[in-house]
Amino acid sequence: MAKQLYYEDVEEGMEIPPLVKNPTTQQLVKWAGASGDYYQIHYDKDFAQSTGLPGVIAHGRLKSSFLAQLMTDWIGEGGTLKKISVQHRGMDLAGEQMTCKGRVTRKYIENGEHLVECEIWTENPRGEKTAPGSAIVSLLSRGGKS
Amino acid sequence: MAQQGSIITDEMKKQIGVKGVPTVLEVEKGLIRMMAEALDDPNPLWQDEEYAEKSKYGGIIAPPALLCCARAGTGRGVQMKSPFPRALAGGDEVEYLKPLKAGDVITSVSHIAEYNEREGKRGPMLFTTIETTYKNQRDEVVAISRSTFISY
Repeated sequence: MAKQLYYEDVEEGMEIPPLVKNPTTQQLVKWAGASGDYYQIHYDKDFAQSTGLPGVIAHGRLKSSFLAQLMTDWIGEGGTLKKISVQHRGMDLAGEQMTCKGRVTRKYIENGEHLVECEIWTENPRGEKTAPGSAIVSLLSRGGKS
Repeated sequence: MAQQGSIITDEMKKQIGVKGVPTVLEVEKGLIRMMAEALDDPNPLWQDEEYAEKSKYGGIIAPPALLCCARAGTGRGVQMKSPFPRALAGGDEVEYLKPLKAGDVITSVSHIAEYNEREGKRGPMLFTTIETTYKNQRDEVVAISRSTFISY
């Protein structure tokens, strides 16, 4: 577990430590079982190609879940993920590296909560953002509770 | 807004706000472990009993992705209609209001929140937003999600 992040450590514009994922077909099958999403384009290459796709592609919601992990890894146990929004823009082929990235866009205190807004996204090996989104987290403050 | 030639029919508009079929999900530790393994997410809050007990949660919690993104399915029993043959998921937005603890029983109910139509590169497109409210066994709202489906 990463060390605890505090509100005072965060500055607007700072980058969130990237989270690198390599979703293999095996991982997509595990996700299918865990999530209950058995659409065949995510594990059956022949089926995927018969629909015009180049191959098996990652579930959009697996990518959203990776981005949630990017945030929970970063904020530590004391922080809370309040809101996450992800758009399914591009597809990611199984076996291709996917890097989850983020950047702080705003920090503010509201109703006593120390909040941080971030832009987040997944990136393929060609540097294309396949799932852009945003997140709001509340963080611990060195001055007291979040 | 409906206008002349709108693809959003009166019949479709009548479905806005109509609640779907409730889905009940028990947040079992085994399901949490399956999710954590599928995500390859080693966070001890999801799996390490001893660690989680000493945390502010006092026990195992589920990765936030468990709601909306998996299992507690969105849109069950909602009458989603579109004049177009092709459909894809546009995106998801989830607001988390309470932690999701192992042993919680979550009931989710969806409804169509809104329709939007837009002219795309390949012709008209319909955006349907499904809103889902998730409540725990104490009738507390733990999360609200908004998922957009695109048909064209």
